[in-house]
Amino acid sequence: MSLALDAPAPVSFAERIWRINWGLALVLTAIAGVGVLALYSAAGGRFEPWASRHAVRYGAAFVLMLTVALIHPKVWLALAWPIYIVSLLLLVAVDVVGKIGMGAQRWLVIGPLQIQPSEIAKVALIMVLARYYHGLRREQASQFLYTLPPLLIILAPVALVMVQPDLGTAMMVLMGGGALLFVAGVRLWMFLVAGASAIACLPIAWSLMHEYQRKRVLTFLDPDRDPLGAGYHITQSKIAIGSGGLFGKGFLKGTQSSLNFLPEKQTDFIFTTFVEEWGMVGAFGLLALFALVLVWGYSIALRCQHHFGRLLALGVTAMMFLYVFINAAMVMGLLPVVGVPLPLVSNGGTALVTVMFACGLLIGVNVYRDAQLPWKR
Amino acid sequence: MMQRFRKGDGERSGLFTRRTLLLGGLQGVLMGALAGRLYQLQVLETNRFSTLAEENRINLRLLPPSRGLIFDRSGQPLAVNRNNFRAMATSDRGRGADVLVERLDQIFSLGEAEKTRLLRELRRSRNAQPVVVRENLGWEEVARVEFNAPDLPGVFIDLGQSRDYPEGELMSHIVGYTGRVADEDLAGRDEPVLQLATMRFGKKGVERSLEDDLRGRAGAVQVEVNAVGRVVRELDRTEGQPGSNALLTIDLDLQRFAAEKMKQHQSGSVVVLDVVTGDVLAMASTPGFDPSTFARGITHSEWRDLLDNPERPLHNKAIAGVYPPGSTYKMVTALAALESKAIDPWTRLPCLGFLELGNIKFHCWLKGGHGSTNVVEAIAASCDCFFYEAARRAGVDRISDMAARLGFGKQSELGLPGESAGNQPTRAWKQEKIGKLWQHGDTFNLGIGQGYMTSTPLQLAIMTARIANGGYEVQPNLLLAKATPREELGPPPPVTKPAAPSLRFNPQHLALIRDGMNQVVNSNIGTANALRRDANGKVLDPSLTFAGKTGTAQVKRITEREREMGVTQASLPWHLRHHALFVCFGPVDNPRYACAVIVEHGQAGGVTAGPIGRDVLVETMKRDPSRRSDRYRKMASR
Repeated sequence: MSLALDAPAPVSFAERIWRINWGLALVLTAIAGVGVLALYSAAGGRFEPWASRHAVRYGAAFVLMLTVALIHPKVWLALAWPIYIVSLLLLVAVDVVGKIGMGAQRWLVIGPLQIQPSEIAKVALIMVLARYYHGLRREQASQFLYTLPPLLIILAPVALVMVQPDLGTAMMVLMGGGALLFVAGVRLWMFLVAGASAIACLPIAWSLMHEYQRKRVLTFLDPDRDPLGAGYHITQSKIAIGSGGLFGKGFLKGTQSSLNFLPEKQTDFIFTTFVEEWGMVGAFGLLALFALVLVWGYSIALRCQHHFGRLLALGVTAMMFLYVFINAAMVMGLLPVVGVPLPLVSNGGTALVTVMFACGLLIGVNVYRDAQLPWKR
Repeated sequence: MMQRFRKGDGERSGLFTRRTLLLGGLQGVLMGALAGRLYQLQVLETNRFSTLAEENRINLRLLPPSRGLIFDRSGQPLAVNRNNFRAMATSDRGRGADVLVERLDQIFSLGEAEKTRLLRELRRSRNAQPVVVRENLGWEEVARVEFNAPDLPGVFIDLGQSRDYPEGELMSHIVGYTGRVADEDLAGRDEPVLQLATMRFGKKGVERSLEDDLRGRAGAVQVEVNAVGRVVRELDRTEGQPGSNALLTIDLDLQRFAAEKMKQHQSGSVVVLDVVTGDVLAMASTPGFDPSTFARGITHSEWRDLLDNPERPLHNKAIAGVYPPGSTYKMVTALAALESKAIDPWTRLPCLGFLELGNIKFHCWLKGGHGSTNVVEAIAASCDCFFYEAARRAGVDRISDMAARLGFGKQSELGLPGESAGNQPTRAWKQEKIGKLWQHGDTFNLGIGQGYMTSTPLQLAIMTARIANGGYEVQPNLLLAKATPREELGPPPPVTKPAAPSLRFNPQHLALIRDGMNQVVNSNIGTANALRRDANGKVLDPSLTFAGKTGTAQVKRITEREREMGVTQASLPWHLRHHALFVCFGPVDNPRYACAVIVEHGQAGGVTAGPIGRDVLVETMKRDPSRRSDRYRKMASR
């Protein structure tokens, strides 16, 4: 067989640039713009210390996204396993350092860089699962035996993140992996069994949890049990959102955030800060922007002609959704406080780079939607 | 050819598409849930959350009113307010209080007891009302707090006022002091300002009796606060009303003179009354205490020392000390006997040095006896036998009744807290308290102010005043005038006739009593005729002559046997010696002032208490406005 014969006409570089989803890039930039606005307000109407850095970071991450988008998927296909292995090693390293240090350790400091291996693990997991199912036939994908390796692939980072301990990220990795398995064709009954056994394992998980994590879960179940302690954050966040009303209190007029009643107003609770000032109208607008990103992601996934790309795009989209949903549900009191940032809006470099890198992969799938990828394993 | 690459991919892609749409649908539903939740929070429940946000943000803080000032009758300050830098702390219902208290401890070295108090108050404080960490800060401490401000969320320096008593011990019993508001102080007063940690409440003396006038009304300020309670800006302010200022009837210079005289003795008190108005011109009780120890917060050991002192410095002996009145009571017996016609002005009664009742001998203080005396001579010479017989003739009921009319056995209308009623015994009282019938012997003892009878120095002064002023029921009075800081504060116009109701005594009888008291000092038979001359032996100016009566109150009875063994008053330990009493009024011809002196364990009235009474009364008469060119100073309103 000859590759040359099967391949369609080569696509020019200009064509590739044209294929980049500039509309999606615009939407992402709009979301980041909301982030700059909210951070400007969170700092009491100043660009320092957050808004300006956020804008600069986004600019750099935007370039990174475009660069990643132009890299051929076969490179990622080849690098999937190595990246995954490295991310696991980094997770182990962070756990070891964490043991030496005190409390929860999520960061690894390498020279001037602070990296959060769990963020790398999220993307690496998507890539390696896409790689795995890319090499399977339809019947194999639905067989139980072939589902065991991806389970291990998912559970390894989940376990390592759990012990950090970072419950939120662990749940995100687990659910993101699950979503990939689902679209890859794993049988529904297996999900039911997994769900049932997860519920059965809850008491064990409970016993493994740290005191503060248990408190958070209990607080989520009943925020009034400790309104001054663990429940304080969520109560104040709900007050901020609720008092915003339909049209909000106005830009820079949010009392809850400017008077510091809101905790972590520039990171995990940035959504609250924004919604207090912009009201339900602003909240719906922001969620609509995110929904647009998701729809874009789905359309890219559905239009892709190779399975790796489809799964990659779907995985990135699912991750994006989980970020947004968990964060928003958390600040509204629908989920326990687990420390998941709102992508592109929350202050903080690592999540921003991860999300933009993932969006680069997503756009790359569109750019190379007709790439010919080897089928064999 | 492409099929080889895509073999099975179509099938795979179909499943992928189906499941992707399913997943997308699920995510759509979840996004819808978020929207629904936003609708619930921001539309359905927005009012509730808006209220909560306002409650978070807006804090109503009370502005403690500045406490009214207290002056003596000429406008000299007795209680004033002084600026006081204090460290205050707030916390939102105790959040982070532990850490905060530890850090404050590093700055102020609070100590365990203070830390516990602070922690409790921080947790109890309502609406993030600030609590006091430490008062009367020096500059260095203020600087240390400001320097460490970033580590001390909710801590701020506040300029408040604290009470200062420029006369200190001299006025301690009258002015009293203030302290933190106690739970019992809140009874019947539902002013929220009393909940303030910085608020002070009168605990003793005038500070207590005039509390509701001195306190004033609180203002309020609405402030916007941040999460740690720091004030961001002021939204609204209503000014309160400062407390009323008060002019006391006390003449500070006379008070100082009287206290100076009392200082020769360990313990005792002097009361000077204006017999027309009832104004208390001086009321000294020694020893006193330093009220500033209470203002700054008394320590436990200081408190114990004050309580354990046998001279009872916290006690205002002028109103709370009770003593048998002794011979100073003889005027009561005499007046009761005269008014009830048990004796008349010409009745002469014999004295052999003792009177026998059954087989009990009632001695007269003069061993040989006074012979035959009338009521005037009996008062002048203080003949016990005369009053045994007069008391027997009048009977206990009439004496008790007369004593009550002269002010014994009940609290006066002075209003100071802690005033004792003394004890005016009656038949019923003895039956109830002792469970025995009233005996003739009891009447004899009562006739000379001994036995069950007790009174306070103030009551003795009241009695003297009512005799001196022609039988008007004057009440002692400490408040000359009061006014809000906006009004002018000055003494009322002079009064020359008593406004009090008349007790309807026969004026002739009162004149006899006054004559007897005059002769005590101004006749050769008088028991205190040495007091005719001043301390330097000079005869007093005729316009300053006064009348009086000595008294000695038994603490321990010296038995016949002890007397034979040579036990005298001077040889007894201090706390067993007799109390020395002296009451007097002057000037003799137109009485205006009355004075009562008691020297605890001073042995003999005429010798120890008498000179004090003379000096204080003469000084009072010299200070009479009619003799002075400098009229009362008028005070500018503050």
